[in-house]
Amino acid sequence: MTHLLFRHRDIPEINKLQVYQKNGGFANFKKAVTSLQPKQIVDEVKASGLRGRGGAGFPTGVKWSFLPDTIWPHYVVCNADESEPGTFKDREIMESNPFQFLEGVAIACYAVGANEGYVYLRGEFFEVAKFLDQCIAEMEKAGYLGDRLFGTEYSLRLKTHLGAGAYICGEETALLESIEGKRGQPRLRPPFPAVVGLYGKPTVINNVETLTNLPYIIEHGAAGYRQFGTEKSPGVKIFSLSGNVNKPGNYELPLGATFRELIFGLGGGLPEGRKLRAIMPAGASSSIIRVDNASFERVMDTPMDYENVQNVGSLLGSASVIVIDDSHPMDWVINKTIHFFKHESCGKCTPCRDGNYWMQHLTERIHEGHATEKDVVLLKSVAGQMLGKCLCALGDFSTMAVTTAIERFPEDFEKKVKA
Amino acid sequence: MSLAEKYPEEVQAIFAKYPIKRSAVMPLLYLAQREETYITKESMQDIAHLLDLTVTEVASIVGFYSLYHDEKAGKYRMQVCTDLPCALRGADAFLNNLCGNLGVKVGETTPDGLVTVEAVMCLAACDKAPMFQLQHGDEVHYHENMTVDRTLELIEALKKADVEVK
Repeated sequence: MTHLLFRHRDIPEINKLQVYQKNGGFANFKKAVTSLQPKQIVDEVKASGLRGRGGAGFPTGVKWSFLPDTIWPHYVVCNADESEPGTFKDREIMESNPFQFLEGVAIACYAVGANEGYVYLRGEFFEVAKFLDQCIAEMEKAGYLGDRLFGTEYSLRLKTHLGAGAYICGEETALLESIEGKRGQPRLRPPFPAVVGLYGKPTVINNVETLTNLPYIIEHGAAGYRQFGTEKSPGVKIFSLSGNVNKPGNYELPLGATFRELIFGLGGGLPEGRKLRAIMPAGASSSIIRVDNASFERVMDTPMDYENVQNVGSLLGSASVIVIDDSHPMDWVINKTIHFFKHESCGKCTPCRDGNYWMQHLTERIHEGHATEKDVVLLKSVAGQMLGKCLCALGDFSTMAVTTAIERFPEDFEKKVKA
Repeated sequence: MSLAEKYPEEVQAIFAKYPIKRSAVMPLLYLAQREETYITKESMQDIAHLLDLTVTEVASIVGFYSLYHDEKAGKYRMQVCTDLPCALRGADAFLNNLCGNLGVKVGETTPDGLVTVEAVMCLAACDKAPMFQLQHGDEVHYHENMTVDRTLELIEALKKADVEVK
């Protein structure tokens, strides 16, 4: 199939401005600014059914419509903090199809009346940020950014901002704190960023992949976009496939493609002699899907969209599908994920800060074989007590793998504990 | 010498980029780390003074973000991702093997002071494990699909370049 987002896989060197221009680049931004009212764009994006691709899946057009038109200026901030273990899609978009992404940012800015947009990149994307700065400079020269664009009254400037290594800055209010020069700790909500966001002004925060869809939606309209995907989850999605598969990588597919297509079709299946045991479809934050003889066919035929992944006991999230084979016990898996969350907890909410500290002690002890059955019960109890008690989702997410590992793979823990 | 004296144009450009001064703190911290490879007490004082912040506020930002360092380490920080997706593809074995070859433990620096080997959290390169980033001053570069042999070659090349500079 031809790609909507990964157009670099169809058109060589589309990361060069001239090549992007030759292939229709910036025509949609120009069309938006010169012939569409912002409200028309918001309505079209609402009708397209585009949902946030960063993990939460919130309808993009609806998010935009929350900005009050009585408070100005408005800001657009692109979330390019991509840090969920198992997710590596935004980086490929920005490196290989940067202008489509930036055109998407520009369209979003026009749609909500923002004259300034920020792209917040994780600090590790130092090279990507340098490259985007170059792309932005080229766009300014070519007249796609700056004052009075295309002879209208509309002006726009884009800037990049580098984080410095903190998973929590992918949480939208922590991200805003970070741009404002503070520690990246989530804010209390309400007020939501749509009303009180960056520098206290109404702000839209969208993921890289979400924004990269916009030029296509402007060109082909909501109906054109809806020819892909399902009724409730329209459009295409990039699936980051990692772990024990022969061909890990990013794959752009219509929402609703099955696990079988991704893992055994495009991903080439598991290495010789290994058996699929578990899938984490939303990175380290996932509830773990158990795959065994009883559930194999049902899981494999499950469409990967926002609704159906829930039917096999997990969430689609950012669609970072981690494949785990039968050589890896679950006590090892959750020891890994908890070390991550313990390190990345920002420390603001006690249940998350202390909960992860104690969960790490327990997963470590269990994994090393020094634990008793009681420790497993205690671990599950700590996870349960954290749930729903934190300002942001990190606290909840850290418990998902722990709880589901213990519930769905009891034999792994029975093997590990002393009688 | 203060940052404003040392890098006048860059400091000015950073201030021009944001509507409030405080937003400059992260880019200024990177600048402070450029030559020293870590952020000295003096730099923190300097930045606090530039932004009307207390030194404690600046230090809390240094402490919060993992790419800022307040202690001297090797000239290069070799930061190997050992998170779940990389570990499923042998990142732990890679790191142990690499440390064995270099004669250091995780977190230690080679005797010549060139490379500090660290284990870090997900770097968004899960399909290209084993991988690491090389942090050097205010720059970060990725090295993906690595083997221990190729990593040792890279370290040799860094060593050579370092000797030539000296």
